[in-house]
Amino acid sequence: MQTDKELEQKLHPAMVEGDHTFGSVSDKIGDVTLKKRTPFHWFIGFAIAFMIAQLLLFTTMWLLANGIGIWGNNQPVGWAFDIINFVWWIGIGHAGTLISAILLLLNQKWRTSINRFAEAMTLFAVACAAMFPLLHTGRPWLAAYWLFPYPNTMGIWPQFRSPLIWDVFAVSTYATVSLLFWYVGLIPDFATLRDRAKNKFFKFMYAILSWGWRGSARHWHRYELAYLILAGLSTPLVLSVHSIVSLDFSVAQIPGWHATIFPPYFVAGAIFAGFAMVLILCIPLRHWYRMQDFITHTHLIYMGKVMLATGLIVVYGYAMEAFFGWYSGSQYEYFMIKNRIWEGPYWFFYWLLIFCNGISIQFLWFKRFRESEFWLFVISIIVSLGMWLERFVIIVTSLNRDFLPSSWAMYSPRIFDLTMFIGTIGFFFTLIYLFVRFVPIISIFEVRTLLPDANVHGHQQDFDESVLEIEYTYDKTDPPNQ
Amino acid sequence: MPSPEQKQNFAILRDRILAQEGKEYWRSVEEFVDAPEFAEFVSREYPHEIEEWDDSLSRRKFVKVMGASLALAGLAGCVIQPNEQIVPYVKSPEGQLPGKPNFYATAMSLAGVAVGLLAKQYEGRPVKVEGNPDHPGSQGATDVLAQASILGMYDPDRSQEVTYRGNSKSWETFSSELRAAIEENRKDGGAGVRFLTETVTSPTLIDQFTKLKSELPNSKWVQYEPVNKDNAMAGAKMAFGSPVQTIYKFDKAERILSLDCDLFSSFNVGYIKDYAKGRNYSEEHKEINRLYCVESTITITGAKADHRLGVKPSQMPEIAKAIAKAVGVAGATSSYTENAAWIAAMAKDLVEHRGKSLVVVGDNQPPIVHAIAHAINGTLGNAGQTVVYADPFSPNSDKLQLDQLRELITEIDGGQVKMLVILDGNPVYTTPADLKLDVPRMNKIPMRVHLGSYSDETAELCHWHVHGKHYLEGWSDGRAYDGTATICQPLILPLYDGKNAHEVVQLFFRENFDKKDYDIVRAYWSAQSALTARPTAAAATATAGNTAHAANAVTSTSNPVAAKSARAANTAAPAAAPASAASSLEDSWRRAIHNGVVANTAATPKSVTANTAFLNQPQPAKPSGGDLEISILPDPCVYDGRFTNNGWLQELPNPLNKVTWENVALVSPRTAERLKINLGNDKREFSGGARGTAFINTRGTNMASDLMTLTYQGGKIEKPVPMWITPGQPDDVITIFMGYGRTRAGRIGTGLGYNAFDVRRSDAMDHGFGSIAATGEQGNVVSTQIHFNMEGRDILRVWDLEEFEKNPMMGHQHNEIDKSMYPHEQHEAVYEKNNKWGMTIDLNSCVGCNACVLACQSENNIPVVGKEQVERHRMMHWLRVDTYFAGDIDKPDGPSFQPVLCQQCEQAPCEVVCPVHATVHSAEGLNDMVYNRCVGTRYCSNNCPYKVRRFNFLLYQDWNTPQYKLMRNPEVTIRSRGVMEKCTYCTQRIAQARIEAEKDARPIRDGEIVTACQAVCPTDAITFGDMHDKESAVAKTKKDHRGYNLLNELNTQPRTTYLAGLRNLNKEMPDFKLPVNNARREDGVEPGPEGNKY
Repeated sequence: MQTDKELEQKLHPAMVEGDHTFGSVSDKIGDVTLKKRTPFHWFIGFAIAFMIAQLLLFTTMWLLANGIGIWGNNQPVGWAFDIINFVWWIGIGHAGTLISAILLLLNQKWRTSINRFAEAMTLFAVACAAMFPLLHTGRPWLAAYWLFPYPNTMGIWPQFRSPLIWDVFAVSTYATVSLLFWYVGLIPDFATLRDRAKNKFFKFMYAILSWGWRGSARHWHRYELAYLILAGLSTPLVLSVHSIVSLDFSVAQIPGWHATIFPPYFVAGAIFAGFAMVLILCIPLRHWYRMQDFITHTHLIYMGKVMLATGLIVVYGYAMEAFFGWYSGSQYEYFMIKNRIWEGPYWFFYWLLIFCNGISIQFLWFKRFRESEFWLFVISIIVSLGMWLERFVIIVTSLNRDFLPSSWAMYSPRIFDLTMFIGTIGFFFTLIYLFVRFVPIISIFEVRTLLPDANVHGHQQDFDESVLEIEYTYDKTDPPNQ
Repeated sequence: MPSPEQKQNFAILRDRILAQEGKEYWRSVEEFVDAPEFAEFVSREYPHEIEEWDDSLSRRKFVKVMGASLALAGLAGCVIQPNEQIVPYVKSPEGQLPGKPNFYATAMSLAGVAVGLLAKQYEGRPVKVEGNPDHPGSQGATDVLAQASILGMYDPDRSQEVTYRGNSKSWETFSSELRAAIEENRKDGGAGVRFLTETVTSPTLIDQFTKLKSELPNSKWVQYEPVNKDNAMAGAKMAFGSPVQTIYKFDKAERILSLDCDLFSSFNVGYIKDYAKGRNYSEEHKEINRLYCVESTITITGAKADHRLGVKPSQMPEIAKAIAKAVGVAGATSSYTENAAWIAAMAKDLVEHRGKSLVVVGDNQPPIVHAIAHAINGTLGNAGQTVVYADPFSPNSDKLQLDQLRELITEIDGGQVKMLVILDGNPVYTTPADLKLDVPRMNKIPMRVHLGSYSDETAELCHWHVHGKHYLEGWSDGRAYDGTATICQPLILPLYDGKNAHEVVQLFFRENFDKKDYDIVRAYWSAQSALTARPTAAAATATAGNTAHAANAVTSTSNPVAAKSARAANTAAPAAAPASAASSLEDSWRRAIHNGVVANTAATPKSVTANTAFLNQPQPAKPSGGDLEISILPDPCVYDGRFTNNGWLQELPNPLNKVTWENVALVSPRTAERLKINLGNDKREFSGGARGTAFINTRGTNMASDLMTLTYQGGKIEKPVPMWITPGQPDDVITIFMGYGRTRAGRIGTGLGYNAFDVRRSDAMDHGFGSIAATGEQGNVVSTQIHFNMEGRDILRVWDLEEFEKNPMMGHQHNEIDKSMYPHEQHEAVYEKNNKWGMTIDLNSCVGCNACVLACQSENNIPVVGKEQVERHRMMHWLRVDTYFAGDIDKPDGPSFQPVLCQQCEQAPCEVVCPVHATVHSAEGLNDMVYNRCVGTRYCSNNCPYKVRRFNFLLYQDWNTPQYKLMRNPEVTIRSRGVMEKCTYCTQRIAQARIEAEKDARPIRDGEIVTACQAVCPTDAITFGDMHDKESAVAKTKKDHRGYNLLNELNTQPRTTYLAGLRNLNKEMPDFKLPVNNARREDGVEPGPEGNKY
């Protein structure tokens, strides 16, 4: 017989473990940025990431000086690593907003301890992604503004029928809303840091960043509203951005691109990739900064489950692509599938993709793997690789053999394709390291709402009530300007 | 204080360094360290350091040399611009309007055959050549070599000065020293003087040599070039007893048999034109000719033949005899027993077309085959009908060129040659291995003079090198294949003040030795009856019309065809009787130059009868050895090596295998399998063919080819030979190509490919036996197409003529627009008011000669990207010729050719995806490209199903070389890096015609606009015009039932459509088989009257 308590525990697992109070939560999270000496591993990691980021700097310079011919792109394969990387990074960027916005609206409390760095990850991934559509053009100095509908004397507007223009709007909107969402969520925490900072400079900086937040009821009220509105704005964006990115392909008529399944399939893939990246980041983070109390096993298990679910949607997408290839009755579609899966020169990548995204996630059905940090980490890495391969397969194997066999050619990356890609990874981790050092990696005030202290009325109380509760206890536990 | 001597030294050094280019700076500086002038210069400059100077390389010395070299190199930038005055035209020269091109008639000669051209000139710069419609050897079309000659003229690697042992000298020094040497030689009547030229048919040059014979009676004139008519002349001698020039009349031939004759290769433009007259299918002309081909190496002629037999080269004489026997040549017997049914059926067909059949023989076939062909043509009654004979145009034709060379070499070895004057040609490179004009031989000649466009292998071994004139820079003349003479006029002052053969030969005369080429040519023709004879009434009319133009320019119109019609209009002008004999000569001279032909100079047919006695004479023993036969052919792109430094020709895909930038050796799939060649790559290269569809020849962007050591008749080719598997190549026959392996070609051509002249021997000039051995290494062969299999798609249609006539609707396509939900009438209404440009390409006519590719490149300023970029599949040709093999890999159907350019889709997939409106639809239905607006997303290229868009991945255009700046067509934008480009139906020509039409307030006439590819096409496969005009040529071709849209199911509604190729198959032939895609039909489609609404 399960006791009530056990049943309760099973139905509503604690999202904060350990014996925490409001104060200890603030201490624990705030100290990462304020008190603790910067750990040695941070310097090592940052140095490596920063060095790798220099590859990006150099490649970009070389690229602007010489043209995109330094890459391997060629006549039939006009897009390759550039757009693969773009779609990959944009996909990774999806989990953050999904966690922050959709899970917020769905009142999933477990989001609170992972949303902060998931959002940061989103921003940084979008920053990496946004580089590619610009730099992949032949003349980026013109593309940088010709793609925007700015008024000009010539009366020339962008071509609104082109999915690339939709991309410009989708990605820039997404980046803006994500940034705002992230920043709005940070304001109360910046205030906390301001209050606790000893260093004058940091105190000053955090003071500026926190916009005079005093934690008054009015502040909280407005904050709540703003946060909710932004969540509402972000929610459709989660679906729209990657749908629109997928339209880059499905609007074109190349076999392998021209498919109606692309928008949902890409969105699922994006969430899939995003959660994999969140896991890749949070598993080491919770160890290095001893955050196991806040990012609990339960979180990891939940994320594993989301990965499994979205991964299965993606696998369904693969199956449908193959099915369409056969069912369409079009010889070009059929050839494309044949070429992609077994006859073409890139068959190996297709099967590697199936292994990474299809086979590896099947282990998540089993508790043993789902609950093992190690296996989750490994599977996440495999999935990230798999999602990159998915874009490779879609882009390169569709383009390299299309309608007229006379134009078929092979694509192979050249050194600058690789340095550009690796460079963005370095850039991404550079930003992540800076984020970890200067910004609370977990939302302090939101985690506090998860504490039993915040739930004096039991589990059924909603988010608003818990916030009010915090407000009530705020003065007692954490007086400002101590 | 610098002394005057020092200044001079300085000037010498500077001049010498400035003469070098690019990397040469460094090398030359090293050389200068040893040069006495340099040492002196430095010693004067730094007297206290003279001792140190001679030290072996020390740090100080290094720094000094570097410093000096930098200083000297930098002098290039310190030259003070000369004080020049720029005076604008006060009165503009007549016929010259800035921005308006003029066309001048001239001709380009190759191997003694001239092809008449109209060169297009802007403000004194020739930028494009077109065919001369009045010239029999051109008839308005040209070939790749003529198209590429523009680049050849502006080639910055051309030699630019007279040199003596590599040192720059003036022409005056040369002429005085040469004349001093001639004076020496006059004593014995020039017994030690030898002239070595290529095949010469220039009447003026022949005349000069004839006259020289009276001054230097003992001098000798030797003609030799690697690809010559020796075999034809020897064969004619066999059959007729005297050498004759054979002139074919393809337009009169209904059945043609080619015995290894690559009829469609370069410089046969006139013949291809004639052939096309009998081949082009239309409602009015349904009886098309039939081409049989017996050949060893597969060529485009064999590919287009209705029936082709691939045999070993050594079998050809016996096959020819077997054919002779089958057509009933008296006394013919043959030991050849294979393919008896094939020969019998073919012979029956020939016999049934007595007087309308024709047997042609390739120049690389032994004399006996030529003789047999003469006998067959005689027996079939073709002589005088489809083939006529004339006296040879080139002097000394009764003596084979090879024998002339052999004699010369013997004399050189015997030390009898005191002075060798090499006029054009590169004999040091092209002479056969056993008669090589190599260093020891050259050293035996006390004075060696070379005239040539490049400081090539021959120039290196000669004392004197005179920089030659390009044919567009000098006066000369030449004869077409039928003997018609053309006076070639220059289009531009010589870029480097070069000289041509006329001027060098003139130096040998006592009198008038410094005559200019114009005077020489003019003087010769002034004495010729062709010009002095009183013009007939009709000609006088034409003269009167033409002399209205003071200049020799044709007229200022956008294209030569229109120019011709304008000229026709001129002939209607009232006749003005020639005033006097002098003005009559002037008129005739002007008319001859203006028209590009000297009237009535075609050779008079000569009546000869073939004597078949030769059939019984014993033949020279065939070379033998081994089971592997090797054939040597001139390269289809760079010919015998004289065009090796031409980037356009280097990048021009070889018609059959699309290889660029080098020569390969062709081998059949079965032989490759037997000899284990290229098997390491991918078995599927063969398996595709074995399944009966076609074959795949792919491993990546380029083909990894086995590099083999090739020996031929005992000689070994120095560089390893890359092998290329070619279906259709006969088994156990390997074909190698001349023209590569050059050591001093220039920046483009040096070092590319292997040199077939390493092994070519005088006793086996064209084919022999040899062997190959693996080196164990592989090399990348770069080709622009790596997949030659249509994969069962409806891309290139080739049908049997009879099947098509039985069911003309067999290829009817459903118009996809009918399935559209959107009303398209509205869309169509936009075009009602405007011209509606369209193009039709007849795949029956197209012979895959590539001329359109280069015409497009020349017209549209398309850059050359280089071997490495082609390897990465980034070639820039706006127009490409796709080649597909079909059928069995060992006996392929075809290959067939399909020129693909922008299809100008009405529903263009590229337009909707461009984010910046850089590719937009014009009101006349063109898919325009706005280069300035393009940001280079390449989305349009990805979405183009025809993959005709080309992207400037790097800065491919050469913005710096000054010569290239002159060469470019000023009407077409020079595209920069990062921009997409593509064909726009020569929109600049459309614009020009529109301006002309608007000036006259009339609609644009049909045929007024001729696109570059259309103008150059020797088979008239391309038709362009306004589709609204129901009477226009293009509207008529659009109604042809053979018409189809490429990738019709995508509903792109292309304006470029194709007409299916036809094979005029003989059902009685044992190899009769319907073409693979003969009966392709869309199921359930109701045949309608009009297939394509757009």
